[in-house]
Amino acid sequence: MLSLISRFPMRYSLVAAGLLSAGQALAQTGDEPVELTMYYPVAVGGALTDVVDGLVSDFEDEHPNIDVEAIYAGNYDDTRVRAMSAIEAGDAPQLSVMFSIDLFDLIEQDAIVAFDDLVETEEEQAWLDSFYPGLMENGQLDGQTYGIPFQRSTIVLYWNKDAFEAAGLDPEQPPETWEEMAEMGAAVREASDGEQWGVMVPSTGYPYWMFQAFAFQNGHRLMSEDGTEVYFDDPAAIEALEYWVSLADEHAAMPDGTIEWGTLRQNFLEQSTAMIWHSTGNLTAVREEADFDFGVAMLPMKTQRGSPTGGGNFYLFKDSSEEEQQAAMTFIRWMTAPERAAAWSIETGYMGVSPAAYETEALQDYIETFPPAAVARDQLEHGTAELATYQGGRVRRALDNAVQAALTGQMSPEEALTQAQREADAALRRYAR
Amino acid sequence: MIQNADRRMQVYGALLLLPAALLLATFAYLPTVATLFNSLFLPGFRGEPAEFVGLENYQLLIEDDTFWQVARNNLIYALGTIPTSIALALGMALFVNARLPGRGFVRMAYFTPTILPMIAAANIWMFFYAPQIGLFNAMLGWLGLPGVNWLGDPNVALASVIVMTVWKEAGFFMIFYLAALQSIPPELEEASNLEGTSRWSFFWRVTFPLLMPTTLFVLINALINAVRVVDHLFILTKGGPNNATNLLLYYVYENAFSFFDRTYAATITVVILLVLAVVATVKFTVLDRRTHYQ
Repeated sequence: MLSLISRFPMRYSLVAAGLLSAGQALAQTGDEPVELTMYYPVAVGGALTDVVDGLVSDFEDEHPNIDVEAIYAGNYDDTRVRAMSAIEAGDAPQLSVMFSIDLFDLIEQDAIVAFDDLVETEEEQAWLDSFYPGLMENGQLDGQTYGIPFQRSTIVLYWNKDAFEAAGLDPEQPPETWEEMAEMGAAVREASDGEQWGVMVPSTGYPYWMFQAFAFQNGHRLMSEDGTEVYFDDPAAIEALEYWVSLADEHAAMPDGTIEWGTLRQNFLEQSTAMIWHSTGNLTAVREEADFDFGVAMLPMKTQRGSPTGGGNFYLFKDSSEEEQQAAMTFIRWMTAPERAAAWSIETGYMGVSPAAYETEALQDYIETFPPAAVARDQLEHGTAELATYQGGRVRRALDNAVQAALTGQMSPEEALTQAQREADAALRRYAR
Repeated sequence: MIQNADRRMQVYGALLLLPAALLLATFAYLPTVATLFNSLFLPGFRGEPAEFVGLENYQLLIEDDTFWQVARNNLIYALGTIPTSIALALGMALFVNARLPGRGFVRMAYFTPTILPMIAAANIWMFFYAPQIGLFNAMLGWLGLPGVNWLGDPNVALASVIVMTVWKEAGFFMIFYLAALQSIPPELEEASNLEGTSRWSFFWRVTFPLLMPTTLFVLINALINAVRVVDHLFILTKGGPNNATNLLLYYVYENAFSFFDRTYAATITVVILLVLAVVATVKFTVLDRRTHYQ
């Protein structure tokens, strides 16, 4: 219709515009479909776009009065850029899947609305309360819910059972503690005569995320709940980074330098490392491509188990009509309903976002044949919110740099984290409450 | 009457310039002025309007260690990519301009990297560089040498990015040199052959000077690309480890879109524009005098 208008001279296009607004008026009576635009990211590769397209077209079949245009927008950072530029250009999407930790920035830009403002019926309220509380942490602020969990993950440990066996380790026994992981990693390295590494923890892409896991396993949370303070230079955090560095330096279980997030799965599949830490979002891809026996376990512990949650939430954007917001919520409710959450989890490895998803027959059957699919859920009880603060970009970048500086030997863990703390404090100075 | 015709010619000329002037004004000058203007503000805090702070952003920039590191990286990157890719392009052009079997095939092979989008090329190279499973370390392994963490070691990461850029760009510049070589009249070579000039001095005394306009053009393009093209960083390193491969434009992007600090991004942009303007002026004034246009 739009392209038609542009071919008409001015006069006619005014008429057409009139017709168009009449069309919108009709839409309110339900004759014309409501059109929604949604951006979404894919952070782990694989054919996830097909999965999303499939879900969207199923939804449209069931809801002929709602049209959803789902646009793949790259990784989480790209998606934020796309959405924010669209908002600035006055062409805001009605909803999007974006990084759960974008919450503070989106609120500061005054871009999103709380789901609580739209929820009216008890049924809708029940839906809002149906998700794992651990996954809601990154989506709530001051008692309001802004993010609905969708493609959510935790970090898990993938281990190669064949490699364990070859190194004389029990193939069914993943490391439970930091010491065990270092020892087992070193054992693999030694038994393979330097051909295979023991463990790889990625330190590009999302280094702060991995570091959060180490810190939390050492009993330390890196930020305040209101997102205005960080605690990077705490002794527990320094100890966590020292352990990470020692995996390469002391134990020779991990290669020197940074380890690339993007190629890590391939490293594991080609058996150049016996263990990796990675998002559960890789699970299905690893399962399909691995030609060796592998297992998935919770991350090892120092003083406690722990992994940050990660991934993307649904957000509702401000610049849309009430009708569009209702339609968007209908779509989000449909996408996060137990059956869809179960299907999504099976197709990707991301978590089923609600307990009800794990009670569906499909997911229960799947877990029975493939127990690793339940690890992320089981680990959720040891989960913590992903690092989210105001000025999130700067704060994460400061921590990323510190982690990389320590791993590449440019600074000691203590120096690096002290510097990161200083940079983060500077970025957050105006936000202290 | 004559004056009138003259005036008319002037109007005619102005009209001819108008479309280009309009486009330039809309898409180059206006944004430049807006950027300059923006760089004088601090972003509004929690929905407040932006605050005028004069040159404070420039003060911050001077004190920003990361900015200086990024600027130094970019200088090394420019020095690493520009001369190498131009020399390589010229060498390849001379090679495929000569009579050799399968000439079309070789030309195509040299040009292929240019056709690939930068992002696709970077994705391929990421697997070349991958420390354990990558091509380069496998090749080192055959020679019995230990592998290198190409993108993960801050001492080699920038060089790795430079190598990939040269690979990507040389083929593109080769095309210009090839076209220029083919426009050199063959009589010159025949004459010099009669005189018994060596190939070496023929190249330096005849070919190279005749290629100067192309070299100048390629030089400017290479310089612009050294500042303008950062697509591969998104894939290869994201500026890491610890800013070892961060370049100016990527730093602008980070400030604008990761940190939501548009005004600081504008400040860096203004500085980049200034530096580029100075360099371009110097190039045109100094090199133009030495360039022989046919």
